[in-house]
Amino acid sequence: MERLETGDLVRYANGGTALTGTYIAERDGMAVVKLESGYNIGTSLEKIEFVERPARQPPACAGVVVQNSDLPDLAIISTGGTIASRVDYRTGAVMSQFSASDILRAIPELGDIARYRDRQIASILSENMQPALWRELARAIYDEIRAGVSGVIVTHGTDTMAYSAAAIRFMLKTPVPVVFVGSQRSADRPSSDNAMNALCSAAVATGDLGEVTVVMHATTNDDRCAVHRATRVRKMHTSRRDAFQSMGMEPLGYVDYPSLSVTLSDEAVRRGTEEPELHDNLEERCALLHFYPGMPSSVLDAFEGYAGLVISGTGLGHVATAWIPKLQEMIEDGTMVVMTSQCLHGRVCDRVYNTGRDLLSAGVVEGEDMLPEAALVKQMWVLGNEPDPERARTLMQTDLAGEIRRRSIL
Amino acid sequence: MTDYKKLGLKAGIEIHQQLDTTEKLFCRCPTCLRETAERTGEFHRYLRATESELGEIDRAAREEMKLVRKFCYYTYDTVCLVEHDEEPPAPMNPEALEVCLTIAKMLEMTPVEQVHTMRKLVIDGSNTSGFQRTALVALSGALPGGCRVETICLEEEAAQRVEDETFSLDRLGIPLVEITTAPCMHTPEAVQEVAAHIGMVLRSTGRVKRGLGTIRQDINVSIADGARVEIKGVQDLDLIAEVVRREVERQTNLLAIRGELRARNARVDHTVVDVTALFAGTKSSILKKAKAVLAVRLCGFAGLVGKEIQPGRRLGSEMSDYAKKCGVGGIFHTDELPAYGVTAEEVAHLREFVGAAEEDCVVIVAAGRERAGCAAEQVMIRAEMALSGVPEETRKMLEEGSTAYMRPLPGAARMYPETDVFEVAIGEELWESIKIPELLTDRAERFVREFGLDEGLARQVAFSERLALFEKAVAAGVRPTLAARTLLGTCRELARGGVGVGRVTEEEILALLSAVEAGRAAKEAIPDLLTELARTAGSAGAPGERVDAAIEAMGPAVSQADVEEIVRRIVAEREAFAREKGMGALGPLMGVVMQELRGSVDGKVISETLRRELQRLLS
Repeated sequence: MERLETGDLVRYANGGTALTGTYIAERDGMAVVKLESGYNIGTSLEKIEFVERPARQPPACAGVVVQNSDLPDLAIISTGGTIASRVDYRTGAVMSQFSASDILRAIPELGDIARYRDRQIASILSENMQPALWRELARAIYDEIRAGVSGVIVTHGTDTMAYSAAAIRFMLKTPVPVVFVGSQRSADRPSSDNAMNALCSAAVATGDLGEVTVVMHATTNDDRCAVHRATRVRKMHTSRRDAFQSMGMEPLGYVDYPSLSVTLSDEAVRRGTEEPELHDNLEERCALLHFYPGMPSSVLDAFEGYAGLVISGTGLGHVATAWIPKLQEMIEDGTMVVMTSQCLHGRVCDRVYNTGRDLLSAGVVEGEDMLPEAALVKQMWVLGNEPDPERARTLMQTDLAGEIRRRSIL
Repeated sequence: MTDYKKLGLKAGIEIHQQLDTTEKLFCRCPTCLRETAERTGEFHRYLRATESELGEIDRAAREEMKLVRKFCYYTYDTVCLVEHDEEPPAPMNPEALEVCLTIAKMLEMTPVEQVHTMRKLVIDGSNTSGFQRTALVALSGALPGGCRVETICLEEEAAQRVEDETFSLDRLGIPLVEITTAPCMHTPEAVQEVAAHIGMVLRSTGRVKRGLGTIRQDINVSIADGARVEIKGVQDLDLIAEVVRREVERQTNLLAIRGELRARNARVDHTVVDVTALFAGTKSSILKKAKAVLAVRLCGFAGLVGKEIQPGRRLGSEMSDYAKKCGVGGIFHTDELPAYGVTAEEVAHLREFVGAAEEDCVVIVAAGRERAGCAAEQVMIRAEMALSGVPEETRKMLEEGSTAYMRPLPGAARMYPETDVFEVAIGEELWESIKIPELLTDRAERFVREFGLDEGLARQVAFSERLALFEKAVAAGVRPTLAARTLLGTCRELARGGVGVGRVTEEEILALLSAVEAGRAAKEAIPDLLTELARTAGSAGAPGERVDAAIEAMGPAVSQADVEEIVRRIVAEREAFAREKGMGALGPLMGVVMQELRGSVDGKVISETLRRELQRLLS
């Protein structure tokens, strides 16, 4: 018998009964068979027998969806986060959908909002994202903006979406909305948040906004999405739909569902405020370090020669006193060290306790109320674009893209 | 007498039984049901069918999508993010798998080597995720009478519908076994017997939930030239045979209608006619308030739409069920008009307007324009089906055993792997370790043999929810008859009389029975003591102390000396009567003494004392 292939018809014999099924795969020495009832089972290989190899069916030819040319143009750039998928019930495989036609077939209501052009720059899990890809993404968005689209939607895995959105915000000045969107519950399930998030993101992308945002569920209900500023958003839950939260500020706006009416706060940068500009240099020799009690200062050796280091310190912005000499040494050797807080809420102040004052004397930069992740990508951008160390330090403490709030309010 | 063999009846059943595990199947929540008033919140979601590789949405799913529906869910402090579809599932509950394997072994099934959890598409709102998690655990089992069990699956229970599109999350995720038989039954009675047998096997494990709604039977029925129809949610075992009889009747009648329609060259006119204006001045409130009234002409259908196909159901009822999927309240057809405020004159106008001949039937639907259009379409679809016979359908049971259309039979292509749950291997060691419990029928026989219970009582005990308590009591030295009568007779009678015996704990009942056996209370006092325990239920104290307190409260302990004194006094007071009746006075005097002692002394003790006293007097 030839080697079994996915899709082969097999006979499965167990306990005196024989059933037919479809061979799916071999995993850990067991064959996975999909029985006619639709159930998968795992069986040892000797219990199945090849019957026949059905003629391979050509993939269903879905055709191109005709779009309404009277509607505004939007670009959908995919990096791997899925907003649409398709299930092959014969094998149980779930396939992500990236082309505009496929997405429109899965979420037809998108066709009432805009006309879409698709562009796929990566197909990765977002934990595999790289600064080099952020740069590629920034260039792709910039090209689309220059080509005249009314807005850009970026589909992205949710794990590191906030990093990417912040990175784009620092690299790009945009007159049109750039909206990052993803889904917390997989797109193959009927309850997925993908469709509502996608529709809300399209509503924002055609709306009166001129900055980089993340648009995701605002609550556990399918009632509205929140519009978050790229540099102040954080994934605050592992699995909930409303995992994304604006930190230290209210969201820039909301999109009601299913009406898709967009409400923006006064603070949201409006469409056309900025001219398109791209500054896509990033200094990748930067790192983010989460301090814990007892963490040995020798950890810092790993970052020797780095251009920048962001520390997520305790409370007001501290690390163990024993770290200070080592940090001072690094700073003197040219590493920019920025302090942020593990508290995530609130502002760093290294002027209250001795440790903080010693850190400042050593040359550590207070990261104000920046989120640690936003501070990291900002540092990459600042060090990639500002060669003068003093000016770079000043830039780190200056609000460039909404990442620093001048006042902390209740 | 219907000859079911000649009709080619084939029936199979699917039994869904909730398991009585500590935790749910894919999360760590308790498996308890709640009152909706106890809910801690509500949230709402939309469900949408995902496109399949074939570019098809499952036909059952498509049917559900005819209406854009928003679902509301009630949540409780006993549910977690998993039921909210806000967290991936926990690994499969090993306790539930063990119960499932026990049942599989009792049915002589063969387990699969590796259990894979699947997602079965269900978008009627009863699952927050839009799918039900289900896993095939074992195959091919035996039933009495030569019938076969095809499969046993372990799956999660759906959320309970509160009303319309509102569901309660407490039930979602409770483990459930689904047992599917082959279509190997050929009479309505055989279906009921097989269902009863499987139910008995399930209860024999002692680990399944009891009570209304914890077991549901779906019945598959077809006759020769008919179609497979699945009837959902038959909860009452005694109705099963009737449901099968009525389905056979329905299919037989639909086939007869088909024959008649074909003989008449009947057809469906696919032009929908707007007749709103005809009913501008109607007295029918339904037609009057509708934005649109649409008519469909069914050529050659006259008299057949109104023909009864099952008690209380006509072909028109079937069309109405289909139309209701569009959100309309129902339909009118000329076989039943004039009626409902529609006059003969209006009917005549209607017939004339749509060009209906005498042999035609006209169906009208009244609603908003879009819904009415959808409903008219559905009526035509169902009418076309009448021309080809019996449609394959999923139906729901109505009271008395007739059924109504729910949705098309689901296609097979609606399952894909639940990638968030690891597969579970069922090794030889695990399978060997599964112990087969004694069948309840065997247990009842043993109770007759070992305890001398009469057959009826033995069976009652074995099948009762109090079985475990009964066995505990007997093991503690309580006479089986006393235990059985108390648990099944006394408790039930008290409950019927409004006493909250349900609040008396099992430990207290056990302590009470032991007290009676120890002679600390009379068995006649059991009802009063249970009533007292129910009245003071929940107050502090160990079961033994609570029982002692109840005995105390019911009256001071009466010593044998007290009994003798009372008996002597009563006999003395009625000496003339006693002398006249002789030992025949025993009965009447017994009553007098009993009344005085009000059950605080065992009747046997009283009757012996009284007998001795009478003998003394008469000697």
